[in-house]
Amino acid sequence: MAKKNSRDRMSNEINAGSMADIAFLLLIFFLVTTTIAEDKGITVKLPPWSEEDPDITKLKSRNVFAVLVNAQNDLLVRGEVMDITMLREKTKEFIVNPTKREDLSERPTKAIITLKNDRGTNYETYVSVYNELKAAYDELWDEMCLRKYGVKYSEELPLAWRKSIKDEIPMVLSEAEPTNFGEEK
Amino acid sequence: MSKFSKGKKKPQPAISTASLPDIVFMLLFFFMVVTKLRDSELMVKVATPFATQLTKLEDKSLVNYLYIGRPVEKYKATYGTKPRLQLSDKFANINEIPIFLERFRVKIPEAQRTKITTSLRVDGQVTMGIVQDVKTALRKANQLKINYSAKKRPE
Repeated sequence: MAKKNSRDRMSNEINAGSMADIAFLLLIFFLVTTTIAEDKGITVKLPPWSEEDPDITKLKSRNVFAVLVNAQNDLLVRGEVMDITMLREKTKEFIVNPTKREDLSERPTKAIITLKNDRGTNYETYVSVYNELKAAYDELWDEMCLRKYGVKYSEELPLAWRKSIKDEIPMVLSEAEPTNFGEEK
Repeated sequence: MSKFSKGKKKPQPAISTASLPDIVFMLLFFFMVVTKLRDSELMVKVATPFATQLTKLEDKSLVNYLYIGRPVEKYKATYGTKPRLQLSDKFANINEIPIFLERFRVKIPEAQRTKITTSLRVDGQVTMGIVQDVKTALRKANQLKINYSAKKRPE
């Protein structure tokens, strides 16, 4: 009996049945400890630092689309209070000026959008305003690209196409130094 | 032998579980590859705002993160409730940003240094004052490519 048993043990293979359990344990560990990081956001190119303030007094006022956000998160667009839901349409109208109005931009290439906020403005509001302004340009680029090339604008398009579109509607968004009325103490 | 087994039906073989570890390992490797272990514990509360015009950050090795938000419950007693900046794993002042950026920059091959993006992970309920200071510091440090981290707005 004993002899037979020992021979059995010799010929036995290592039991791989628990391998699955070990792997499951590792799997569950990774599932719990990790978060699939979603790295998305609004990409912005900041202007290089310069000591003196940019001079925009030389611009014609019809070419400037001034957006102000105060510490109460209210919007003032070209001197009028505006709701954020209107901002995208108004910006597009200003840039393209389809009806050739006297008070909107002469050409898309001359249009300048200035954004000024307060140090007390909520970041959430700031991002949504920035988002709307960017969306206005994105939609205009999409429309023009569809007209010219039959596809929507994207970063994968040939450089020449992208350049021709950005030459016609360049995105000029200048951010002024914020006011300081409502910063939290 | 055949005499005994003649009348009996052959028993159904059990489903082999030998390949189960392989399947599980496959899942395991998948999760190990797609996930990124959070390298720093967040000491500030960061709930990024919603937006629609999002770009995906492609190369994660070229991204550094700045966190701005109010200290979490645990640190409120020591650090107060005003928005604070967190660099890697500790609270920091605005004037530490250039050193932080430089430390990151030296690890990147020279040819790729212009592609470094700074991801600003900022809580939606923070006021712009501190964000503006950080932006000014970034501009002075010549780190101009930034990304306001945001979530996709649900339709």
